[in-house]
Amino acid sequence: MANIRVVHYLNQFFGQIGGEDKADITPFSKDGPIGPGTALEKAMGDDMPIVGTVICGDTYFNENLDTATEEVIALVASFKPDLLIAGPAFNAGRYGMACGAVCAAVQEKLKIPVVTGMYEENPGADMYKKNVYIVKTGNSAAQMRTAVPALARLATRLAKGEVIGSPAEEGYLARGIRKNVFHEQRGSARAVEMLLKKIKGEPFTTEYPMPVFDRVSPRPAIKDLSKAKIALVTSGGIVPKGNPDRIESSSASKFGRYDISGINDLTEETFETAHGGYDPVYANKDADRVLPVDVMRKLEREGKIGKLHDVYYATVGNGTSVANAKKYANAIGQELKQENVDGIILTST
Amino acid sequence: MVKELEEVVNVPVVHVCTVVPISMTVGANRIDPAVAIPHPLGNPQLNRDEEFALRTSIVEKALKALSTEVSEQTVF
Repeated sequence: MANIRVVHYLNQFFGQIGGEDKADITPFSKDGPIGPGTALEKAMGDDMPIVGTVICGDTYFNENLDTATEEVIALVASFKPDLLIAGPAFNAGRYGMACGAVCAAVQEKLKIPVVTGMYEENPGADMYKKNVYIVKTGNSAAQMRTAVPALARLATRLAKGEVIGSPAEEGYLARGIRKNVFHEQRGSARAVEMLLKKIKGEPFTTEYPMPVFDRVSPRPAIKDLSKAKIALVTSGGIVPKGNPDRIESSSASKFGRYDISGINDLTEETFETAHGGYDPVYANKDADRVLPVDVMRKLEREGKIGKLHDVYYATVGNGTSVANAKKYANAIGQELKQENVDGIILTST
Repeated sequence: MVKELEEVVNVPVVHVCTVVPISMTVGANRIDPAVAIPHPLGNPQLNRDEEFALRTSIVEKALKALSTEVSEQTVF
């Protein structure tokens, strides 16, 4: 059998180009495997060489979704691949979005099997799991060693046209596809068994998980902005110079509350970013680019808003789990409720 | 964060962010598209006044979002 030609998609970091300072590089390709591709190729075996690697900066991809996708597809196509693997992206949000978008587009346009890997809380997972196979991975690159074999295994099966089993058997994120199968036991009997287990408090597995509708209804609009107290919150890591609460640059364990009463402008000398997930140069030079205190003060002086709340809240949204983000927002929310704010501007990077 | 804040504080919340699809996936109700990931409310290539004007326009859009009734996820 002829070799199966595999192309691998990576971001600037795993593509060994650089960190956040290189996150805006445009797509380009190299022959052969790079970084995690070497381990993937080894795990897939001799008949599935990685013939080429396409690399793109995460920031460039996400800021130019449509053009970046087109550019990446063209580079992928130039290798005449039989299969595309992207990532794994773990819990890196921009990388996950890119891996999902590239896989979905390649699958649609080039009509070849695709597979990627990410942590289930990655926004790219939610966005693309219905379209493409996403192997479930841990939340950081520390789990590369377990992610590679899982990804290689599903990639091999897809490339060879084997029948893919259920998400639980194969280790990918459920795509919401129902398959009809013959079962040796009638549905009614299975349902009664499940019910008995439930009554006894024993574990059981539903055959039809209910979708989780995690939505919040939009609150009514502010009637009169000129009397409204507006609060600023950011996940972009803006902190007073020196980061007094030592908020971590990724997987932040806390949020900070900072008094800005009497402050009209965030300057290079007074504020900075603690965020480790984007190039900090611009925010360090002028933190108003992430947390617009200067403009809010101007609008306050002009009477367009009633008041800018005296305190702003910040955390670092970089590899942060959904559970933690929710916890911090709940605590911040309790305080803002006490202070009777009328509206909140949340800025993200 | 955006959903939890809206739920807990019970006031409108606008999400100023660059990658709108992420904000949509997360479930923000009011979305104000920003400039770029490392500088959502600025552009270092502009001069000081131009950049301030750009930031003002994004913040004014955020305020418009907060003062506009919405019944579903809306990008302003």
